[in-house]
Amino acid sequence: MNIGWYLAVSAIIFTLGAVGVMTRRNPLVVLLCLEMMLNGGNLALIAFSRMLGNGDGQIFAIIVITVAACEVCIGLGMVVAIFRRSLPIDVDELTELQG
Amino acid sequence: MAAVLFFIGGIGTIAGAIGVVTLRDPFLTVLSLVVHLLFLAVLFLLLRAEFLAAAQVVVYAGAVMVLYIFVVAYVGEEVTLGSDTRAPLGASLRLASTVFGALLLIELFIALLGTGLRGIDTKGSPYIPGFGTPGFIGNLLLTRFLLAFEIASFLLLIAAVGAVVLARRRGGIAEEAEEELVLAQRRRPLGTGTTAEAVSTLAFAAAHQRHDHGTVEAQPPPPVDGPGDPVDEEPSPTGGGW
Repeated sequence: MNIGWYLAVSAIIFTLGAVGVMTRRNPLVVLLCLEMMLNGGNLALIAFSRMLGNGDGQIFAIIVITVAACEVCIGLGMVVAIFRRSLPIDVDELTELQG
Repeated sequence: MAAVLFFIGGIGTIAGAIGVVTLRDPFLTVLSLVVHLLFLAVLFLLLRAEFLAAAQVVVYAGAVMVLYIFVVAYVGEEVTLGSDTRAPLGASLRLASTVFGALLLIELFIALLGTGLRGIDTKGSPYIPGFGTPGFIGNLLLTRFLLAFEIASFLLLIAAVGAVVLARRRGGIAEEAEEELVLAQRRRPLGTGTTAEAVSTLAFAAAHQRHDHGTVEAQPPPPVDGPGDPVDEEPSPTGGGW
């Protein structure tokens, strides 16, 4: 298959992730949708790496996976902390940082 | 064959993504993301990123998703389920964000179709033997991208420490025990000085923890070989350390 097809799939995944981040209100699901956006980016990076015959895109994708793991770690820690303080687990109601 | 595999992988990936966005149950959402990741690994394999496909399955679909499942199970399904059903001003905002997503998709496809990159319409550059294998990746990571590698490892350390600090139990069992130990040490003037009396203070603290508060506090501190006998085996490991 041509590289363009992979890029189309990556665009669709990225868009679905963005829609999920905007519509869902459960922070766990928001984190999952963020992961999906990062995966769309990863697929595009690897497709371009294949197109150019260059390994740099794959290294970039590995670093993105690392950053995503860190983000999950911190995000889930925050969800657990929110749960411990018996605050609502809902990104619409957690408005204490509002200016 | 590659085309068939591509369509299997692509359709599975997009179906998993749609499941993540639309399913209500958080458990099903996480499982849907696992499906998405497994099919995405097929696409990675087709692009000759073998090591990345393996890392995707092991790190994401294995470790990270287990973490998600644990947190969903810990937080509780009824809490997470109930939060998505009620909608104060959700309908119009949801429609607006869907329209925004559609615009984003159209924009991405315009960029994709109108690009000047000629390589997009090919199957990629000719295959170099060893492209995408662990040796290839490791060679690049430890030579050209050594700084990024080190920074990523440091970032993982920071994230681990941060998660522990965020999710720590504040005012829990450990700190209560510590406070009680400080209170026991405040009684020290009853018998000051020698090792024997220090041990007897420890025995008193252990007895204080074991018995009811009111009865023990009324008594004078026990002598070394008096009522401290039944608790002798408890302070002895710490006493030996002193």
